[in-house]
Amino acid sequence: MKTTVSPASLNPAASGMEPPRKYKQIAGWIILVAVIVACSVRTEATPYQLIVGLPQMGSLLQEMFPPDWSYLPTIWGPMMETLQIAILGTTLGALLAVPVALLCASNLGVSRWVSLPTRMVLNLVRTIPDLLFAAIFVAVFGIGPFAGMLALVFFSFGIIAKLTFEAIEAIDPGPLEAMTAVGANRLQIIMYGVVPQALPYFMSYLLYTFEVNVRAAAVLGLVGAGGIGLLLDRSLGLFRYDRAAIIILLTLAIVLVIDYGSTMIRRKLL
Amino acid sequence: MIEFDNVTKVYANGTVGLRNINLTIREGELVVIVGLSGAGKSTFLRSINRLTDITSGDIRVNGQSVTRASGSQLRRIRRDIGMIFQSFNLVKRSTVIRNVLSGRVGYHSTLRTLLGWFPKQDVELSLDALQRVNIREKAYVRSDQLSGGQQQRVSIARALAQEARVILADEPVASLDPLTTRQVMEDLKRINRDMNITTVINLHFIDLAREYATRIIGLRAGEVVFDGTPEEATDEAFAEIYGRPVQQDELLGGA
Amino acid sequence: MKSNTTPVTGKASGSAFRARIRFALTALIVIAVYYWSIQGIRFEGIQGTAGTVSKSILQGFLHPDWSFVYIPEGEDLLRGLLDTLVISILGTVVAAVVCIPFAFWASTNMSRRLAVSGSGKIALSVIRVFPEIIVAILFIKAVGPGSFAGVLALGIHSVGMLGKLYSETIENIDRGPQEALIASGANRLQVLRYAVLPQVIPQFLSYSLYRFEINIRSATTLGLVGAGGIGTPLIFALQVRNWNRVGIILLGIIALVVLTDLVSGWLRKRIT
Repeated sequence: MKTTVSPASLNPAASGMEPPRKYKQIAGWIILVAVIVACSVRTEATPYQLIVGLPQMGSLLQEMFPPDWSYLPTIWGPMMETLQIAILGTTLGALLAVPVALLCASNLGVSRWVSLPTRMVLNLVRTIPDLLFAAIFVAVFGIGPFAGMLALVFFSFGIIAKLTFEAIEAIDPGPLEAMTAVGANRLQIIMYGVVPQALPYFMSYLLYTFEVNVRAAAVLGLVGAGGIGLLLDRSLGLFRYDRAAIIILLTLAIVLVIDYGSTMIRRKLL
Repeated sequence: MIEFDNVTKVYANGTVGLRNINLTIREGELVVIVGLSGAGKSTFLRSINRLTDITSGDIRVNGQSVTRASGSQLRRIRRDIGMIFQSFNLVKRSTVIRNVLSGRVGYHSTLRTLLGWFPKQDVELSLDALQRVNIREKAYVRSDQLSGGQQQRVSIARALAQEARVILADEPVASLDPLTTRQVMEDLKRINRDMNITTVINLHFIDLAREYATRIIGLRAGEVVFDGTPEEATDEAFAEIYGRPVQQDELLGGA
Repeated sequence: MKSNTTPVTGKASGSAFRARIRFALTALIVIAVYYWSIQGIRFEGIQGTAGTVSKSILQGFLHPDWSFVYIPEGEDLLRGLLDTLVISILGTVVAAVVCIPFAFWASTNMSRRLAVSGSGKIALSVIRVFPEIIVAILFIKAVGPGSFAGVLALGIHSVGMLGKLYSETIENIDRGPQEALIASGANRLQVLRYAVLPQVIPQFLSYSLYRFEINIRSATTLGLVGAGGIGTPLIFALQVRNWNRVGIILLGIIALVVLTDLVSGWLRKRIT
């Protein structure tokens, strides 16, 4: 926090003697309230509606119990497919992310003419959420897990590339300078100066993205992109809420197990 | 007036904080508590406004028992006792005046203070308090922009705005440099004299204690081992309190 | 990762051997996992028409259906985007308010018993594991399809993450001001108002804006299951293979997300 003499300290009227004008703050709050009111008018969202809807929600939950345990063998296969989609999607996305992250990092001597456009493309990719990718890829490649996997490839690529290039920019420049001093070429610098420092972070981000992707893969089926979501959609469509319940429960169990395992490994990495 | 009646404090782990303390601090005194760290200075001070509960005995402030007070009663007693901390304890993101005004919350209804509606007199009072410690011009500055000495003066102003009859200061100068230390001590002394506010200060600099106190109390292992005027507090007396000769880092120096 | 600090020769070779075994085992497991995963994705399901479809999508992007941007009778791009924006704003506001009690519940420094904060943390992680789309489907059953279901879905789902971030903020505050307020005779609510809230509110706002950036992305997909916003016309356009319309909708989404990111980032910088 290096600041030069701020204008406020030169201007006696703006110094601490007098209470500052609060117009801006008040205007901010008024705008916020106005926006919220306008929004709820637009969505016709009123607490009344919620109160009317709650009993319905209650009866829905009632229909979910007891869950249909006999459905478990049927959903085991699609659940595993969900995991497979997440594993392959994350891995391929991560592989794609490596070169892009290296191109984006500003401390590796990549020309601005390359790094800035690459970053822009990366930012564009990150604006599209996973389900939108899935919906598009289903249209292109047809219904099935391949579309879901591709969606996750793009989605994970965006996250991992961004996090990794920021990690690369934060590494200790000492080893890089030392390597440059002994005449290493750029590839050698990356291999021996960058990779050892950035690898633990990269692995940690990969695992984190995997956690996110398992959740995402579970719902990809809603747009036809494979995995357990397809069965969830079907059960809901047929009003078999007891089956939907068992699907949701299994998903939660798998997500919790994966989160736990991944967190353990990540703690060891960093 | 603060009265200690057979006060003992034993912590849960068995450490003795205070052992059978009996003494009376009269109105308008400036008492400095000295002793090694761990001698019970903080416990002594914090038991006066019951930030620390005592194990047995009774403490009365202006005739009212702090020990037996409950809920709102205790809060009313605390309202009359200002406290100054080693680390200032200001909300750093808030403005100076906000911090000073927060000393007034005990005077108003919960609803009113939750809405932040302080009467005009309170603002005047707070500005006067800041004037007294010579930082009136910083009133609307964020507290984290102030130096350590200035922040400590804000917390003194908070105690003043509180219209406290007693001020407790727990190592108020321990995180300040020698120059600001003297300024803060001067402020406390002046307030004590001009407004007749009973003041109890924990200090570890023995020359400061001699210079500013009207009465010095020495604690060792939770017991009062010295109680007298600054003139009586000779180097030998301090050696007695500390159980060893006075060391150089216990003197601020450069009077 | 772990280094052995006592280099006794006999043991060193033993631990090197063990490290090699461990490495081999890890590699074996990783290979097995990938083999299993690749087996699972049946690549034969890919449409033969993928090439032509991709070409028409690209065509659609290059010639977006500009007429869809504004249609006086309604159901156009601008209204869809507006609904998406509105859903994510309201969802964030709901979450930012609802998660406050949860955050205090889950903070270790706000209650004496560890069981209290522990149960709060568990409640927050349970909320977090439900994907918002599933929450949305449940709310559609309750309040009917439309934006309101989307608002509730985003609101409830975001409570999980915001509550966690909020409670971490509360756990990191400076305890000093609380003590000073107690010493001056303030009651619990007054301590909260004058010592705790001023320290946490700016951080709360900043996290809420961050969550808003995430929510706007999620909100674009809510329509895919019928919870309002731009996703609804998108799924229709995809179903009838109207690629020019898909193109303009995607462009619209990208523009909306980029714009809101900019505004939110600017606001976040001003707050702290």
